[in-house]
Amino acid sequence: MKRLINRRPSWLTALLLGLIPFFIIGMIYISYSDARLLENPDDRLLPSAMQLVEGIKMIAVDEDPRTGQVILWADTAASMQRIGIAMGVCTLAGLLFGMLNGMLPYVRAVASPLVTAVSLVPPMAILPILFVIFGLDELSKVMLIVIGIAPFLIRDLQGRIREIPAEMMIKAQSLGASSWQIALRVVLPQVLPRLIDSVRLSLGSAWLFLISAEAVAAEQGLGYRIFLVRRFLAMDIILPYVFWITLLAFVMDRALYYTNRAAFPWLGGRMAKEGA
Amino acid sequence: MSFISMKHLWKHYGQKPVLENLTLDVAKGEFVSIVGASGCGKSTFFRLLLAEEQPTRGRLLLNGQEWPSEPDADRGVVFQRYSVFPHLTALQNVRVALEFRQSPLLARLFGSAKKEADERAMAMLESVGLAQARNLYPHEISGGMQQRLALAQSLIREPEILLLDEPFGALDPGIRADMHELMRGLWEKHRFTVFMVTHDLKEGFALGTRLLVFDRVRVDPQAPDAYGATITYDLPVRRRDRQTYNELSAEVRTLTALSRGADVLEERG
Repeated sequence: MKRLINRRPSWLTALLLGLIPFFIIGMIYISYSDARLLENPDDRLLPSAMQLVEGIKMIAVDEDPRTGQVILWADTAASMQRIGIAMGVCTLAGLLFGMLNGMLPYVRAVASPLVTAVSLVPPMAILPILFVIFGLDELSKVMLIVIGIAPFLIRDLQGRIREIPAEMMIKAQSLGASSWQIALRVVLPQVLPRLIDSVRLSLGSAWLFLISAEAVAAEQGLGYRIFLVRRFLAMDIILPYVFWITLLAFVMDRALYYTNRAAFPWLGGRMAKEGA
Repeated sequence: MSFISMKHLWKHYGQKPVLENLTLDVAKGEFVSIVGASGCGKSTFFRLLLAEEQPTRGRLLLNGQEWPSEPDADRGVVFQRYSVFPHLTALQNVRVALEFRQSPLLARLFGSAKKEADERAMAMLESVGLAQARNLYPHEISGGMQQRLALAQSLIREPEILLLDEPFGALDPGIRADMHELMRGLWEKHRFTVFMVTHDLKEGFALGTRLLVFDRVRVDPQAPDAYGATITYDLPVRRRDRQTYNELSAEVRTLTALSRGADVLEERG
């Protein structure tokens, strides 16, 4: 009999085992939902599968009579645009300031304390300030995500750069490389996969900031919708929305993960172990 | 005037002297092996030669001029580890050194310039026996091959001085013998000046034309950091000079044992 720590499931067994908890949760939900609906057919808290399908049809297929748009797609487009722009800005800021901070001691001396301080400010606490400064439109939502994520990315990248072995930086100098050339050919290619990985890991926080901002003030968006229909206890819409947001987050995570694996063959699967 | 000249060179870290009063002249084309117990300033000496650090006192001259203040292409270097770029293939690792020189802005070559650089890089890879591995990344080749690659990369810019910091220390004995042969061949062909730090006395003898032993001359058990190390032996080496090797081997062992003894004393304090 092998030790427990040495016994591994095959991939098929692992897949089936992984599905079990989801199945159990589904079963528990259905049984509770049935019980509540039996007692009161108008109960809204735990809608049945049929009611969920109805709800999904209403938001994902039917056009909204008031705007002529399909609500789910309009919300998704609005939210994805916000998170996309914000994460793009974060990535660029992280790359630029992370590289400058990580490589140049003088820049680090000036900027590092500020970045550290800003990264410790709880972004939600300054949301009202952002609304005052940037208005209630798109900009304030994007800014909330940027303020929440960019300092983290800058600090992370700065740290990654300083982890590059001193030997390698000296080797580059001994091959006659200038600071700029070292940034371009030695540091940048080595930290890009790290940056993408950090962006991937910060997506969870980005969604948190996005949904919070949309809940407070918006006219469209996934978070806005959830907090709007909450007033009517419309679980048949909230639950599909939660599922949909989770799916979007999952797809973005995997896309970045596989981008890294495909784009940087020299990692030799190192990232794969860390990231999976 | 000699090629490299040191006069009364001192290096302190804070108040603590690490190297004291080094005076040394090295002629062009010498192969200088540096041995000594750990903590005896070999690495500090190496960093001074690299210009990663500056001496606290004394003069360090290259061709009668002030020593450069930062690492540059005149002094190639191979470390024990991290000497090659992990994100570049073997060929790219060597070519990038040419790209640094010829393309200041992009550090990349295109078209015929790239082709030419590739040819030179390939010739260099062939001379270290890595032609087959040109398209492999460092993590795909063995430790010995990585050190060959590091050598090829350092030599393509034709440095006047080659600095080696225990370059073969992490390799298997068989591979190490191959590397010694390669190193000797390259040195005989290009005739650069070599400084090689090693803790393998045999290696120092096998490769060097000159052997420096670093050690502390003065040891104060009450204040172990009070004195730095200096060059205690400076010997010309002929290859396979058995007798000297044996004598010195015993000598160095005693020295090492002595300084270990001092360490023990320190610990017991």
